[in-house]
Amino acid sequence: MQTPLTSWHRRHGAKMTTFGGYEMPIEYQGILEEHRLVRESVGMFDVSHMGEFLVTGPKAPDFLDRLVTKAPSRLQPGQALYTFLCAPDAGTVDDLLVYRRGTSEFWLVVNAANRAGDWAWIRDRLPSDGVELIDRSDETALIAVQGPKASQILAPLAGSEVLELKPFRFLNEVRVANTTVMISRTGYTGEDGFEIYAGAQDAVGLWEQLYRQGIPPIGLGARDTLRLEARLPLYGHELSRSISPLEAGLARFVDLEQSEHFVGQEALRRQREVGLASIIVGLELTAPGVARSGFSVVDGDQTIGVVTSGSFSPTLKKAVALALVPMKFHTVGTPLELVIRGRRVPARVAATPFYQRNRSAR
Amino acid sequence: MNVPDDRQYTLEHEWIDSRGRVGITDYAQDALGDVVFVELPEIGQTLKRGQSFGAVESVKSVSDLYSPVNGVVTAVNQDLAEHPDWVNQDPYGSGWIVQLSERSGGDELLSADLYRLKTGGDQ
Repeated sequence: MQTPLTSWHRRHGAKMTTFGGYEMPIEYQGILEEHRLVRESVGMFDVSHMGEFLVTGPKAPDFLDRLVTKAPSRLQPGQALYTFLCAPDAGTVDDLLVYRRGTSEFWLVVNAANRAGDWAWIRDRLPSDGVELIDRSDETALIAVQGPKASQILAPLAGSEVLELKPFRFLNEVRVANTTVMISRTGYTGEDGFEIYAGAQDAVGLWEQLYRQGIPPIGLGARDTLRLEARLPLYGHELSRSISPLEAGLARFVDLEQSEHFVGQEALRRQREVGLASIIVGLELTAPGVARSGFSVVDGDQTIGVVTSGSFSPTLKKAVALALVPMKFHTVGTPLELVIRGRRVPARVAATPFYQRNRSAR
Repeated sequence: MNVPDDRQYTLEHEWIDSRGRVGITDYAQDALGDVVFVELPEIGQTLKRGQSFGAVESVKSVSDLYSPVNGVVTAVNQDLAEHPDWVNQDPYGSGWIVQLSERSGGDELLSADLYRLKTGGDQ
């Protein structure tokens, strides 16, 4: 499948890959340089492959409270939250953003690879009336503008109400670069930035205006290294049907005390009460090598865990990884070994996020 | 794509020159992207043709290195520890990886012309 921008990426020399079923740019000028641009300046990503669902109706707030792990009914219109769809056994069905656009109107942003599964999951739980579910994915493009200079570079194209948005706040039906969009102060890079939802027909025009403003396009390669340094999870890696949000170390996005019971709440409570068997930790390699997703984590003769994501960290200039290991290995500084193509490479449990931006700079 | 005429090539996108120096091709470094680490063999190691002797790690992927001929490792490019990006910037020069002596079994190596053909023509 293609996003509205796929042919633009090709024409501008991007190396392409298939991700979530879509033809997407992996890199333009090299992952290291693109990563640096977003950390030090600004860049933009086509993430139109993401799925968008509209949930409306008088019973929508109550319905969503019973579906995701933190109550959307407590959001004010104009506010968004990051949360999870969980299965009754606590496994993660998907991670998503929920935007409250009005009293009874919500906008859900889900992973491309999970779009069909999420759609079925939600549809199967709809009440007989009072909630409508609409798939807006194909009509919607999503452009993320990320980096410490995001606000500054958008200044000529957007009003002050946009530039002064607080984190996880958004505006709907606002003009940015002469285009009517929904824009939020959110992102997936560990930097300041915005995510802009536009009609698919407006995507190329909007993207080209941003490009002419001097914002360089960034591929999914740097998106992955940026999110890994910031310890942001990627579904299918740090989260899955067999890794709960608690095991992923994301308990702050789960409200176990919530009175409106959501799917998976009982099992998540049990995990907390009994104690987690495993947890996602950060690892840094202490000898040369790069750990990749799927590599074994060993302690002496025992394979104790698995790398869920791993790469060279362009900011730290060393290899880092996230791995699922038994709870007793979670302490920062614990020495472990990784198996890299038959070779044992020493590593230790590291504090995460690996990279945190200086917030006072904003 | 740059394919110098003064050396021979393999289908695994390696080159070997008349001194026995071995590296990866321009095509290979471009496909890999930014190289961040090169895993090198020990000096003195005996390699059989096609044997894996190391790996080139880029940010996004990894490629095994296979010996283009039978031989003995007489030198490795230690500078790559500090400058792995030389593999990208100068794959046929300062980005060389190992040097082999006592070479044999090179009869299946490709000429520059043949390598260009195999990798989609001279572009």
